[in-house]
Amino acid sequence: MVLTPEELALFDHGLSLEENPRSACVAAMKFIQDRRGWVNDEAMEWLSVKLDMPRADLESVATFYSLIFRKPVGRHVILMCDSVSCWIMGCETVADHLRRRLGIDLGQTTPDGLFTWLTIPCLGACDMAPAMMVDEVLCGPLTPELIDKVLDACVAADSL
Amino acid sequence: MTTPTPLTAGITPNGPVISLAEYEEMGGYQSLRKALGGMSPSEVIETVKASGLRGRGGAGFPTGLKWSFVPKRNGDTGHRYLVANGDEMEPGTFKDRLLIEGNPHQLIEGVLLAAYAMEADFGYVFIRWAYRDAFLRLRHAAAEAHEAGYWGHDILGSGFNLEFHVHVSAGRYMCGEETALLTSLQGGRANPRTKPPFPPVVGLYGRPSVVQNIETLCNVPHIIANGADWYRELGLTEDAGTKLYGVSGKVKNPGLFELPMGTPIREIIEEHAGGMRDGLKLRAFLPGGASTRFMLPKHLDMPMDFGHVEAAGSRIGTGTMIILDDRTCPVGMLHNMEHFFAQESCGWCTPCREGLPWVEKTLAAIENGDGREGDLEILERHAKMLGPGYTFCALAPGAVDPLASALEHFRDDFETHIRNGKCPY
Repeated sequence: MVLTPEELALFDHGLSLEENPRSACVAAMKFIQDRRGWVNDEAMEWLSVKLDMPRADLESVATFYSLIFRKPVGRHVILMCDSVSCWIMGCETVADHLRRRLGIDLGQTTPDGLFTWLTIPCLGACDMAPAMMVDEVLCGPLTPELIDKVLDACVAADSL
Repeated sequence: MTTPTPLTAGITPNGPVISLAEYEEMGGYQSLRKALGGMSPSEVIETVKASGLRGRGGAGFPTGLKWSFVPKRNGDTGHRYLVANGDEMEPGTFKDRLLIEGNPHQLIEGVLLAAYAMEADFGYVFIRWAYRDAFLRLRHAAAEAHEAGYWGHDILGSGFNLEFHVHVSAGRYMCGEETALLTSLQGGRANPRTKPPFPPVVGLYGRPSVVQNIETLCNVPHIIANGADWYRELGLTEDAGTKLYGVSGKVKNPGLFELPMGTPIREIIEEHAGGMRDGLKLRAFLPGGASTRFMLPKHLDMPMDFGHVEAAGSRIGTGTMIILDDRTCPVGMLHNMEHFFAQESCGWCTPCREGLPWVEKTLAAIENGDGREGDLEILERHAKMLGPGYTFCALAPGAVDPLASALEHFRDDFETHIRNGKCPY
């Protein structure tokens, strides 16, 4: 079962609002990702039937968009901006702090499965550079202290 | 007299959203009532044409003129689409986020007016995933507006119908290119399409479509409310209206400032953005995002508008400036930007797919002290061969614009890196 009956009802409702099934493919993959963390092969196969879209087409869309995950990610996804305004304001220095704190490099997930660190183009937060987004929350201007605070809050929220 | 700031009235950066009730109190949706109640679609187009409004997304195309390219209905009952481009991802650009987060109803009213002018029955807002708060606020505002009868069937009893959708994307700068955006909206990889035909004639699902930047659309309700003459007079120069200017980099007060079009660049940087941080000098700046050519201190007293910036060899672009200070390495900055463009190329056409990574690698080598004799000539050749006319869309030409100007203005820096085998910064 890719989706529970309740999820499926919600999914079908969303699909009914689209002009045609194919147009919904990005939203459909995000629907699954929001609930499972990523989109696995079984989900892709199910979607390709559901959306009447060849699997190869669906894969080509999935792999084109940087925020569709075809591999598992950690419980919290850190999107750190590395575009020009953040670079001028020292994103490489704060990235070094993140690297030390998590013990991983860009594109990796911590062994405990808590954090995945990815890059993202300009977050549109150049007035609070350097900036990052953790899960759905934008934060900046980043300092090692602010990074620690945000990550500590993630860990604390998990242990509740 | 204080300068009017129609676009950002009532908006506090990172503050609360303007609700429907508050928007209506500010005169919101009165332009929609005015248009639907007594203006023909052609009259709306003529008003916007006469206002002198030009696109705020980078290319600066006259907005009313674009709408006039959409064929008249004349009995054609098929769908046609107005698409608001909220895929703001140009490095250094953060203006549309403020407008959507602060006043989503202003955008919705702009979409409705533009859709009415081009006789569209579908309005889409295409928004990048990372603009999470903007999306949530827009979705809420759309529900409020639907409830109030501002969109849907027979709007305000006028007989005009519009379905309104918000589409959340999943990353990639390429989606900001208008034809790639349409392909993306149809559920494909965001590859650009051949032009002509242009979207007003053949767009989404092959139907007439207009793709318009968020800030551009936010201007429309004010133009309809106050008239074309009022709008023209807001500008200090030949260009009309106000502009949401931005400044980022090592200034004291980075941010967004709504000012009359044509405000002197020095005033924007020194007064509004507070000038450079102590101990730093302004060395150069990109006037409108990463894909515009560098400008120099000698240009500071120039008005920031379409014509003057173009005369200085650059483009106003998105109007959000990125400041290069005298302690930041221009080669490193270029490398950062070309890394971005190489990463974000959709790979559809060869010069962009193959050329940009080569540019990026060459710049990395120079910055890391491995530059060689002849590297600058390689970069110069790319700046030409990835320019307008050689590629499918504007991504690569935009990518090599700052490169070409950097090779011209910062030649010494590049040569020092190569000669000394290291970055001097």
